[in-house]
Amino acid sequence: MKIGVLVNEGPYTHEASDSAYNFTKAALEKGHEIYRVFFYHDGVNNSTRLTEPPRDDRHIVNRWSELAKQYSLDLVVCIAAAQRRGIMDENEAKRQGKDAHNIAEGFRISGLGQLVEAGIQCDRLVTFGD
Amino acid sequence: MLHIVNKSPYERNSLESCLRLATKGSAVLLIEDGVYGATKGGNFEGKVQAAMADVKVYVLGPDLSARGMADRVLDGVSVVDYGGFVDLVAEHSNCQSWL
Repeated sequence: MKIGVLVNEGPYTHEASDSAYNFTKAALEKGHEIYRVFFYHDGVNNSTRLTEPPRDDRHIVNRWSELAKQYSLDLVVCIAAAQRRGIMDENEAKRQGKDAHNIAEGFRISGLGQLVEAGIQCDRLVTFGD
Repeated sequence: MLHIVNKSPYERNSLESCLRLATKGSAVLLIEDGVYGATKGGNFEGKVQAAMADVKVYVLGPDLSARGMADRVLDGVSVVDYGGFVDLVAEHSNCQSWL
């Protein structure tokens, strides 16, 4: 089955990022297709590679990147939500005249149309948030 | 329809709204702090038990255990793991997260 995942909450906030990750991983292990994971609102904070939690804590950002690598996942970050929160890829940093970019491996920045498209293309869209 | 509730009924009214509006034959899955809604001895025990006449109630096991509530699940509530969560999403034609 084709499943889309929407993440509306930042990492290390309540539990939505963890639930979304565990759900996505379980779905992939069961052989379902994860069409896209879309990060919206504070959820975009799941994608900054500057995240550095204490060593005994889970690394939510790297965990997404590793899962994306393993399963060729499409992790999409909402551009407007990302710009508000200082999440940039190289192109955006250049376009906005910033001196740095911070998007983590496996994520890409795009628009809300990608969420709409996931809603149309997927058999199910599962939302995680606050 | 699969309804997903992720907040404690002591914090938000999302579980009550969900149970009020869920139609007969639908399923409710309690995750994260929502698992408190599936425990014995609380204020919501009666409401959840009454709702179980019309809807099937599930609770996410790992989130119960993380809160030390694994041995306090209401009778009639089914405990599922993440794989079971995925199965519930696949089995129902659509799902609604009560955020």
